[in-house]
Parts: sequence; C-alpha cells; structure tokens
Amino acid sequence: MMEKRHKILILDDDTDWLTLSREMLAALPSRPEILTANNGKRALSLLESEPVRLLICDLKMPRIDGLQVLAIVRRRYPELRTVVLSGLEDEDFRSRAYALGVDLFWIKMEMQRDSKLFIECLESLLGRDDEPGFRGIQSKSLMDIIQMECLSRSSSVLRITRGPLVAKLWIQDGELIDAEAEGARGEAAFRRILSWKSGTFENLPAEPGHPHNITKPVNALLLESAQDLDEAASAPATPEAAEDAAHRKSVWKLSLLTREGADFVISIPPEGLGEPEALGTQMITPLVKWTRHAAAVARRLGERLEAGPVMQVTGQNLERQVLVLEREERLFLVGWPVEAGGNLLEKSRKLVASWDS
Amino acid sequence: MGFLKRFFRGRAGVQQLPTGTITVDRNGHIVTSTVSSAYPKNFLHDIGRDVLQLFAEAREAQMPLAEISLQFGSLHITARELRGGAIIFLFPQTALLATPTRSRP
Repeated sequence: MMEKRHKILILDDDTDWLTLSREMLAALPSRPEILTANNGKRALSLLESEPVRLLICDLKMPRIDGLQVLAIVRRRYPELRTVVLSGLEDEDFRSRAYALGVDLFWIKMEMQRDSKLFIECLESLLGRDDEPGFRGIQSKSLMDIIQMECLSRSSSVLRITRGPLVAKLWIQDGELIDAEAEGARGEAAFRRILSWKSGTFENLPAEPGHPHNITKPVNALLLESAQDLDEAASAPATPEAAEDAAHRKSVWKLSLLTREGADFVISIPPEGLGEPEALGTQMITPLVKWTRHAAAVARRLGERLEAGPVMQVTGQNLERQVLVLEREERLFLVGWPVEAGGNLLEKSRKLVASWDS
Repeated sequence: MGFLKRFFRGRAGVQQLPTGTITVDRNGHIVTSTVSSAYPKNFLHDIGRDVLQLFAEAREAQMPLAEISLQFGSLHITARELRGGAIIFLFPQTALLATPTRSRP
C-alpha cells in the first residue's frame, strides 16, 4: 500500500527563507510534500484547494499578517496543525499566538540553532493521529485540562471546538463559574462538553464580570460527569434501564430539534447496517429512500462531471427546506420551516454533529 | 491530418466545468442551453435526467420540491421545476470566488 505523504504549507514573505525551509523540511523522515506561499491570501487559497496537514507561519508580513492568518485558519480548519516560526522574539506575540491555539511557537534563530529538535517536533505533529483527545495539550482528556486550570487557581476562558460545535468554560480564580454549549448554559452545558471525545481548545483571556451560573465545586461536577460517562459507556443492566436510557436520549434529541427550530431530522445508516432514526416526521420510509437516492445521484454526478466531493444537497418548496448531509457514513435529512432564518447549512451541521455526541 | 491524432488521441484531459443555464422538458430533452457547445452534450443530459428524477421521487415521497441544489467542491447546480421540466443553473466555484447569489438555504 502506498504510504500517505502529508502536506506542509510554509507561509513567509521572505522568499529566500521559503527556499531554505523547503529544502530543510523536504528532508523530514516522513517525506512530506512541501507547499510554499509568500502572502496570506495565497496561503488561504492553497488551504482551500489542498489537504494540508501542517501550516508553518511567519508573523510579521505585509497586508495580512501571520496572526490574522492564524485566526482565520483556526476557525476554518480546526484540524490543521499550526506552527509559528517568527523572527520576533517577543513574549506578547508568543502568548497571542498560543491564545490562537497554535501547536508550536519557534524563533527562527532558535530553529536554525536547534534544527534537529525542530524537525522532531514537526515530525511528531505530523504523525499525531486523530485519536480521541484534545489538541493543545497532548494525551490529556478535557477533564485533565479543566483540573489543571482549576488547580493552578487561574482565571481564563477555555474555548473548545469540536467540528462545527463551539463551547466555552469560564474559570475564575480556579473555580468553574459558567459553561456554554449547544444552546445550553451552566451545569447542563458542562455535562455536554465533557461528553465530547475530541476537539481543540484555546485559552482566552479571563472575563472578570462574567455571571456565575455554576455553583457546584468543579470536582463534584467532574465526578458526576465521569459517572454519567461510565454509565453511558456500559451496557444497561436491565431492560428497564435500557428503555430509560433510550428515552432520555430521545428527549435530549427532541429538545435539540426544538431549540434549533428544525421540523425534523432523519438519521440514515448505510443500507443493511441498522434502522433509520427519525424525529419530527412519520414519513420515514419514502424520505429515507429519497435521501439515499439523492446522495447517490450527487456522488455519481460529482464523479462524472469531475466537480469534486459532494458538499450538500438541498431542496425547498413553499413550506419547507431540506438539507441532505453526510457524517461518518450516515446520511442525515434535516427539514426546516421555510421561515427559519440564519445560516441553515451551518445550523444543520451543528444539529447533525450534536446528534450522536 | 490524422497522423498526430493517432499519437494524442488517448491522452486524458481535464474536463472544464460547465457554466451557464439549460432548460429540459419533462422527458429530459434539452430545450435551450447557454452552456458552451464544446461541453459534452451527454453530460448535460445526465444532469437534466438526474434532476428530473430527484423532483419526481421527492413528489412520490410526499415532499414535492420546487428547487433542488447540488453543491460540489467546485460546482454548484441549482434546478427549479418548470411545468414538468426544469431550468438548471450551473455555477463553477473557485477558491477565491464568492458563492453566486442563491436564495435559500
């Protein structure tokens, strides 16, 4: 089987530096493919068209500077690994870059002096796979990260991203005071966040005046959440417990549907791998048939026309708008009333991402 | 004249994406088209046929649709139903080009 070569994009306005870096990185043991860009616009354009694994970014550049580029890529490509390689030896820039969620910050002089270590760091970043865990601190669960923040008696806001979902935790003097996730606040939001198995997080500046919506000690909350997760992971002991768990899951999904304002959601597994699950509609069989066929037609047309991957299929009439999305081999048909406002694609993606979390 | 063709015939080329509008009748025949005549007609037929089929199946599923959009990485197809037939808009997408004006969603 052919070994997968990762792509590294180097962004720097100094073309001599780009040449030097390209030669150096081409010698990495994993033989990555090296792309270069000498301005932010070109880099963003390359990120649009190429599946880049790692971005190495300078900070000081004309027009769009490195921090702007990092802010954009952190939002658009949460899975992209980012390294700042700057000539600026300034702690303020370092902390601002880390606040944007970069994985590494290196000074160019240090990198030249200690190139072996730099190469090892890059290799580690490239090799790290997408197993559960939170990027930012390797091999640590979100529970560990929260405990570390609280034990250090610090004040900060943790912004956690999981695909299209964004959550926030407010910590003040080592106490968890509030959480926000998927439309919920306080303890309910905290429990939702802890059920996420992977994601990325950034440390934002503290917000001193933020209201206290959580009063329980963080350790008690962590313990309760850990018990909840254990219960969810283990098979229910009795049929009644299984029924109860299924009921709670349905209530949660229904509340999600109502809160977002969608009419219905149908979650469709690949054929022969389970039954479709629907909330908000009785017309399951014909809609499942249509959704499967629409997805198949779109895939076939995309291949035939060489138009790239299918992003989504949408439909509308005077009463309703529907979107077909694919996530982890399941198809989802999401129906919205025609008067539903906002970015329905983004809302549908969030709904689908929350569905089985 | 055919000498060079003998050497170059088999070379795979990159198909340009279609841009423009086509209308198809209820049988999937193309009635009007503003897509370049260099673009293969059979591909346009495929688009028309598939879109009409999706409209018909949506009706069967008790979810009649007036508009269907298929968004690909580099092409956006929007079709509106017209008395059994359809008008189909084909918009190629590029990295730095904003998505063309589109109604919902």
